[in-house]
Amino acid sequence: MKTFENILPKLVIAPGFIIGFAFIYGFMIWNAVLSVTGSNMLPNYEVFVGLDQYTKLWASDRWYVALKNLGLFSVLYVGGSMALGMGMAIFLDQKVRFEGVLRTVYLYPMALSFIVTGTAWKWILNPSLGLEKMMHDLGWASFQFDWLVQSDTAIYCVVIAGIWQSAGFAMALSLAGLRGIDDSIIKAAQIDGASLPRIYWRIILPVLRPVVFSTVLVLSHLSIKSFDLVMALTSGGPGYATDVPATFMYVMSFTRGQIGLGAASATMMLATVAAIVVPYLYSELRAKPHDR
Amino acid sequence: MFTKYLPRVLIYGTLLLAACFFLAPLYVMLATSLKDAEQIRTGNLLSMPHSFNVDAWLSAWSSACTGVDCRGLQPYFMNSVAIAVPAVLISTAWGAINGYVLSMWKFRGSELLFGFMLFGVFMPFQVVLLPMSQVLGYLGLSSSLGGLIMVHCIAGLAGTTLFFRNYYTAIPKELVNAARMDGAGFWRIFYRIVVPLSVPILMVTLIWQFTNIWNDFLFGVAFSGADSKPITVGLNNMANTTSSVKSYNVDMAAALIAGLPTMLVYVLAGQYFVKGLTAGAVKG
Repeated sequence: MKTFENILPKLVIAPGFIIGFAFIYGFMIWNAVLSVTGSNMLPNYEVFVGLDQYTKLWASDRWYVALKNLGLFSVLYVGGSMALGMGMAIFLDQKVRFEGVLRTVYLYPMALSFIVTGTAWKWILNPSLGLEKMMHDLGWASFQFDWLVQSDTAIYCVVIAGIWQSAGFAMALSLAGLRGIDDSIIKAAQIDGASLPRIYWRIILPVLRPVVFSTVLVLSHLSIKSFDLVMALTSGGPGYATDVPATFMYVMSFTRGQIGLGAASATMMLATVAAIVVPYLYSELRAKPHDR
Repeated sequence: MFTKYLPRVLIYGTLLLAACFFLAPLYVMLATSLKDAEQIRTGNLLSMPHSFNVDAWLSAWSSACTGVDCRGLQPYFMNSVAIAVPAVLISTAWGAINGYVLSMWKFRGSELLFGFMLFGVFMPFQVVLLPMSQVLGYLGLSSSLGGLIMVHCIAGLAGTTLFFRNYYTAIPKELVNAARMDGAGFWRIFYRIVVPLSVPILMVTLIWQFTNIWNDFLFGVAFSGADSKPITVGLNNMANTTSSVKSYNVDMAAALIAGLPTMLVYVLAGQYFVKGLTAGAVKG
């Protein structure tokens, strides 16, 4: 009985971990295997092609467009959400009334699917009936806004919708960080004659660094995985002008019948996310050993 | 007098402006969904609907066409309910048990196991799409609701395990040790001591999982068949359907219907939702 009690916990978590690890690491390897085969419409493990799929991937124009879009999107989306979210958090922290209501309003897009958001923004940014018509009706007759249908500007529409969706998240984390700061630091600085903007820039921002760091990390990995928003807003179009790696992988694997190439692009995505996340996880787990 | 109030006015002004930015799309969706085609053509985004016209809502729910299928969003909505309810319950219960072991019945290597599990929270699911679709084929679950339920249970496991493990770590060890002294076993401690203390984290996890699974698009579009498409896929297909006349009012009503369940949860239990969001980023 005693020994049974000892192995019971291990037995209980075994299924979860076996299935979970098969899902995470087993599939990772499986996907890597697929990426060195010549699989087209169906997985085909007979044809070993070495790194040909990767060579093909990096020689593909479309992949470069996807990477360029991802770079542009990530920087603007993470930077924009951070700046807007942080700004709102600082203003909310000035002991304002109706803080709860405002917070709820800022954060609600986060509860919505990117498909819902994308559908809404697609209508708002519609070149003929949306924002443009509104501005005309308001008296700005020469206003033109057709970003959504132009190859070189459509990605900025994805950025706008993305920031709208995620700024509240950055706000919530920043506000939690601000609330954790001891008031006496601010009071002391005020007595020394520092202005409020200066206090925030020189004292509070540095203290918030860990919060900023983890928010940026979460947003960056979200931006690499972003798929729904692009699909709903532009479906990767016009042409493939707004493709990102996630849509590239989906299209190659499920509609263009190039499974090997799709698997190779998934491996590249995995490597990128791992490069960002693994050092973070490592430091988080090392810094707080839960030995009690 | 002026300079005294100026900062306050600036603060409220900015906050209000931000609120308008976040609310505007919701207003546009709602207003558009209540207009008819004529009003959409003559009015603009901000114009109020002339009357309370719910035709677009009725159409979006039960008669709008996606290609040749004219059943509205209703079947997709039902599919999403059928996927979300079991997947949320199973992944939450499973995570609770894992978290219980990882925090109170630690063994050599359990921390390491947990560390490796954590990567599952962050990994891009694109990596699992191709192997998973093959496995679903082997299991005879391709394009089925059952297959999607299974995928969501497994994909959510890393997150739910993390939530419960971090929460249970904060429960005083003495409580469990005392119960052990009294001869309580593994399950008894779980049901009698741990579960009753779990209400807050249960709420957080249930809401987090529901929001994630309801809003999922990637698995839905990759693994569903004609009869198992979730609401996000249904909405996306409807909104991107290329017909001669685009009914934006129907699209907006459909988007609101698809967003309604998670919005409702957010309005009713927002505090738990926010905790879930922050728990994913800041580990305890």
